[in-house]
Amino acid sequence: MEIFVQQIVNGLVLGSIYALVALGYTMVYGILGLINFAHGDITMIGALVALTVAQVMAAAGLPVPLILAAAGAAAILVCAVIGLTVERVAYRPLRRAPRLAPLITAIGVSILLQYSAALVWGKQYIAMPELWVPHKLTLAGAQFTALQLVIFALACLIMAGLILFIRYSRMGRAMRATEQNAEVAGLMGVNTHHVIAFTFVLGSAIGAVAGLMVVLYYGIGHYFMGFMLGLKAFTAAVLGGIGNVGGAVLGGLLLGVIESLASGYIGDLTGGVFGSNYRDVFAFLVLVLVLIFRPSGLLGRHSGDRA
Amino acid sequence: MKTAFLKPLLLSVAGSVLLWGCGKEPAPAPKPAAKPVQTVKIGSASPLTGPQAHIGIDIRNGVQLAIDDANAAAIEIGGKQLKLELVAEDDEANPTKATTVAQKLADAKVAAVVGHFNSGASIPASKIYSDAGIPQISPSSTNPKYTQQGFKTTFRVVAHDDQQGPTLARFAEKTLKVKTVAVIDDSTAYGQGLAEAFEKTVTAAGIKVVAREHTTDKDTDFKAILTRIKGKNPDLIMFGGIDPQAGPMIKQMKQLGIKAKYIGGDGMQTPNFIKLAGDAAEGAMASIPGLPKEQMPGGKAFLEKYKAKFNQDVELFAPMGYDAVMVFIDAMKRAQSTDPVKFLPEIGKTAYQGVIGPIAFDDKGDLKNGPITIYVVKEGKWEPLETVSPGAAAEQPPAPAAK
Amino acid sequence: MTGRVPVPWRWLLLAAAVLLVLPFAVEMLFGRAWLRIVDVALLFVMLSLGLNIVVGFAGLLDLGYIAFFAVGAYCYALLASPHFGIHASFLLLLPAGALIAGVFGVLLGAPTLRLRGDYLAIVTLGFGEIIRIFLNNLNRPFNLTNGPQGITLIDPLSVSGFSLAKTHTVAGLSFSGLHNYYYVFLVFVLLTVLISRRLEYSRIGRAWFAIRDDELAAAAMGINTRNLKLTAFAMGATFGGVAGGLFASFQGFVSPESFQLIDSIMVLCMVVLGGMGNVWGVVLGAVLLTTLPEALRYIGPLQQRFLGEVLIDPSDLRMLLFGAALVLMMLFRPNGLWPPAQRRYPATEAGHG
Repeated sequence: MEIFVQQIVNGLVLGSIYALVALGYTMVYGILGLINFAHGDITMIGALVALTVAQVMAAAGLPVPLILAAAGAAAILVCAVIGLTVERVAYRPLRRAPRLAPLITAIGVSILLQYSAALVWGKQYIAMPELWVPHKLTLAGAQFTALQLVIFALACLIMAGLILFIRYSRMGRAMRATEQNAEVAGLMGVNTHHVIAFTFVLGSAIGAVAGLMVVLYYGIGHYFMGFMLGLKAFTAAVLGGIGNVGGAVLGGLLLGVIESLASGYIGDLTGGVFGSNYRDVFAFLVLVLVLIFRPSGLLGRHSGDRA
Repeated sequence: MKTAFLKPLLLSVAGSVLLWGCGKEPAPAPKPAAKPVQTVKIGSASPLTGPQAHIGIDIRNGVQLAIDDANAAAIEIGGKQLKLELVAEDDEANPTKATTVAQKLADAKVAAVVGHFNSGASIPASKIYSDAGIPQISPSSTNPKYTQQGFKTTFRVVAHDDQQGPTLARFAEKTLKVKTVAVIDDSTAYGQGLAEAFEKTVTAAGIKVVAREHTTDKDTDFKAILTRIKGKNPDLIMFGGIDPQAGPMIKQMKQLGIKAKYIGGDGMQTPNFIKLAGDAAEGAMASIPGLPKEQMPGGKAFLEKYKAKFNQDVELFAPMGYDAVMVFIDAMKRAQSTDPVKFLPEIGKTAYQGVIGPIAFDDKGDLKNGPITIYVVKEGKWEPLETVSPGAAAEQPPAPAAK
Repeated sequence: MTGRVPVPWRWLLLAAAVLLVLPFAVEMLFGRAWLRIVDVALLFVMLSLGLNIVVGFAGLLDLGYIAFFAVGAYCYALLASPHFGIHASFLLLLPAGALIAGVFGVLLGAPTLRLRGDYLAIVTLGFGEIIRIFLNNLNRPFNLTNGPQGITLIDPLSVSGFSLAKTHTVAGLSFSGLHNYYYVFLVFVLLTVLISRRLEYSRIGRAWFAIRDDELAAAAMGINTRNLKLTAFAMGATFGGVAGGLFASFQGFVSPESFQLIDSIMVLCMVVLGGMGNVWGVVLGAVLLTTLPEALRYIGPLQQRFLGEVLIDPSDLRMLLFGAALVLMMLFRPNGLWPPAQRRYPATEAGHG
C-alpha cells in the first residue's frame, strides 16, 4: 500500500512538471490555434539559463533565495524575449496562412532554438549545483521532498492565477475575445497584436518557470531536453482539452499519475509479459480511450467541426 | 509584415547552398619538408547533432587528438612522412544517414574509419566500408552482429556485451556476494544488451532477479520504477545504460531511501556521472574494459591532454577513438604502407598497448578478451576497485592506485 | 471540368531521358554518396505521396505516418533474413507488407474518426510511438523483432539469382547496386505518382477534398465520411508499407532507430512544404528536404574557404541553416512551394476557428 501511495505521489510530482509546461502550450493554442512545437525548447532555454545563473552564483557563495530569484528572473526574461521574437518573426506573418504552415515554421524554430542552445551551452549534459539539502517529508508512508511539494503547489497556483486573470482582468477579457473571434475583437477595439504578443510572452514566462523547476528537481540540463518535455506537455494538454487552462493542469497531473502507475504495475498485471518499457504505450492508449469518449479532451469545449 | 527582405535573404541562402557544387575540400598547402609528405585521410563518423551528440563529439575529439599527436610525432611510413587529416562526418546516430556518411567517406578515399557510435549506424555502414575495402574500427558499438556479417574490415575496440556483462555478474556474485538483484536497462542496443548478458549470468549463478525494469535514453524521472524496485528490496541494482540516466537515477534512488548497491557498465563510468549525481554518487560501481587508465602508460597523460585541448573532461569513448587511430597507424607501420589493401591484413595481427589497455583482435574483429576493471566512487572520484582478468575466475587484487 | 492539357510529348521524352541517365550523371558529377542520397530521396518521395493522401487529400493531420513505413520494413525484414531463417521473395513480401500496413492503417484510423485537427494529430502521433515501442521491445518473452538491436543481413531484392545489390555490367556500363535500386525505386515512384493523380481526379479524390474542406457539409451531401477516411488511411499506409519493404531490402538492416517521431514530422514537413495536395509539389518537397540537409554538409569546408577558420561547428551550422530554411520557406511560401491549383484551396480561415 505504501508503494502505491508513493507511486501516486511520484506521479503527481512528475505530472506537475508536465502541467507547468502544458500551461504554456495551451495558452498559445487557445488564442492562436497553433501547436507551438517550439514551446518545449523555450522551456529548455529557460532551464539552461537558470542553470547557468545558479552555477555562477553558487560558485560565488551567494545565499540560496537570492540565487533562486535571480535564476528565475533571468530565465523568465530570456524566455519572454525569445517568445516575443519568435511570435513577431515566425508566427505573426502566418496568421492568415493555411493551418499547417505555422506548424512547419514551429518545427524550424524548434531546431533553431536547439542548436542555438548548443552553440551557447554545448551538447553535454550539465549538472545543476545542489543548492540545498533535500528536506524529506513523509505522508501515509510515501516519501517526498519539500521541493516536490513546491512544484505541485506552483502548478496549482499558476493555474489558479491564470484562470482568475483570464476571467477578471481587462487583458484577460481581451484574450477571451480574441480567442472567440479575432476579427470581431479587433473591430471592438481590442489590439489583437498586443494580446497575442502578450499571450506568447506569458506562455513563455510560464515555460521558463517550468524549466527552472525541471533543473531544480532533476538537477540536469541538456540542449535536447525540450523535445521530450514538449511532447509530454502536448499530450497532457490534449488530454485535458487543449486551450483550457484547467485542462492543462488536469491533463498533466493525470498523465504523470498514469505513467507512474503504468511503470509500477504493468509488470505485475501482465505477469511479466509486458513491463515498464510499455509505459508510454499504456499512456497513449489511455489517451485514445479518453478521446474516443470525449473527442475534445477531458475539459475541452470545442466539439464542433473545426477541421 | 514586410517580406521584401526575405527574397534576397532566401536567395543568398540558396546561393550559398548552390555553391556546394563548386565546393571541394581545399587542397592542403604543400609544405616544404625534408622528406616527402604523404597526406592520409582518416574518417570519423559519429553523431554530432541530436540527443547523443555529446558522445559523438567526444569520439571525434579523441580521433582529432590522436591525429594531432601522430602528426607531431613525425612518423615515417614507406619513406614518406605521415600527415594525417581528419574527415569528420555527422551520422546523427541514424542508420540511413550513416550509410550516406559511409559512402561519402568512401568517395573521399579515406584510408580508415573510426566509427560509428551506435550499432544501428555501424552495421549498415560496415557493408559500404567492406565493399570499398576501408578498415573500420568502432569505438563503441556493442551489438555482437556487427562483427558477424563476414566482413574483413570490421573491428571494434570496445568489449561487447558478452564480455562485460558476465564479468559484472561474477563480480556481483563473488565479491559483492549479493542474493537478489534488480536489473534496469535503457531500451537501447547497448544498455539492453549489457543488461541481458548480466541477467543471464546472474540467474545461472543462482542469484534471483527480483525486478526487471526498463526506461529510455531520454528519460529523467525514474521514481516509478525505483519505487517498484524498492518494494522488492534487492541487494543490488544493475543499470545498463549511460550517465545522463545513471546520474539522476542514483540520485532518485537515494531520495527514495533505497539502500541497495548500484552497479553499471562502462556507459556510466564517466566523470560526468559524478557531476550529475552529486553526493548520491558515493558508492556507485561501474566496470570498464581495460586496466585502470591512471595506471596505463599513456592513460593519465591522455586524460590531461584531452582536458587541455578541449576544455572539458573525456565523456566516454574518446580513449577508444584515440586508440583506434593508433591501431591504424600501428598497422600502417608494420605494413610500411598507407594503402588500405596493404595494411588491412595487419590490423588483425595487432598487439598494441593502448590508452584503454592491451589491444588484440580475434578472427571476427572483436577485441580479444582483455581485463575489465571495476571502479567505485570514493569521495567524489572514480577509484579502481578490482581488475578481473579474462576467463573470470582468477580475480586480482587492485594495483595500488595513485592517490 | 477536368479540361486536361494535351500531353506534352517532347517534355515527357526529355524528362524520361534525364531520369534514365540521372544515376550515371549524379555519380560522375557528385560522387557515389549523392547517388545513394537520390535513392533515399526516392523512398521519401513515395512516403510523402502516401502521407499526401492522408493529409493533403483527406485533410487528416497524421503525425505518426512513419509507423507504416516501419511495418512494411519489418515485414520484409522478418521474412527475408536469417532472423527466422525465412527467405521469401520480394514478389510475395512487398504486397504482403503493403497489405499488412493497410490493415494497420485501418486499425489506427478507426479510433480517430470522431477527432478533429490537433486531437487527431496527437492520437496519430501516439500510434506512431506505440508501434515504435513495440518494435523496440518485442524481444521478450519471445524474440519477434530482436528489439533495439534490429535485424541484420536482410536479403536484397533478387530475381532467380540475379541480385540487385550486386554490380552488373551491361553494354559496357557498370550498374552497381545503387544504380539498380534507383531504377526499381523510380518505377515505384512513377507508379505512386500515377495512382495519386488518378485518385486526385476520381470520385474518391473529390470526396476526400470535400471532407477536407468541410466534413459536415460533405456528410450532409451523402458522403460516407467514415469509410472514406478509413480508405484514406489505408491507402496512405499501403504506400508506406511498400516503401518500407523496399527500404529494408536496400539498407540490409532495420532497427527502430529509423522510425522515430522526428521522421514522421519530417515527412509531414515534406508534404506541407512542397505543396500539400499537389502531387508534384509533394515530390518537390520530398526531394528538397532529403537533399538539403546533405547539401548543407558542405558548409564546413566553405567556412574554411571564406572565413579562413571554422567559427561555428559545421554540424551545428548545418542544423541552424536547415531550421532557418524551414522557417523562411514557410514565411515566403505559406501555401507550399508548389501549391495545388486554385480550386483546391480550403476555405481560408480568418484568425482561427
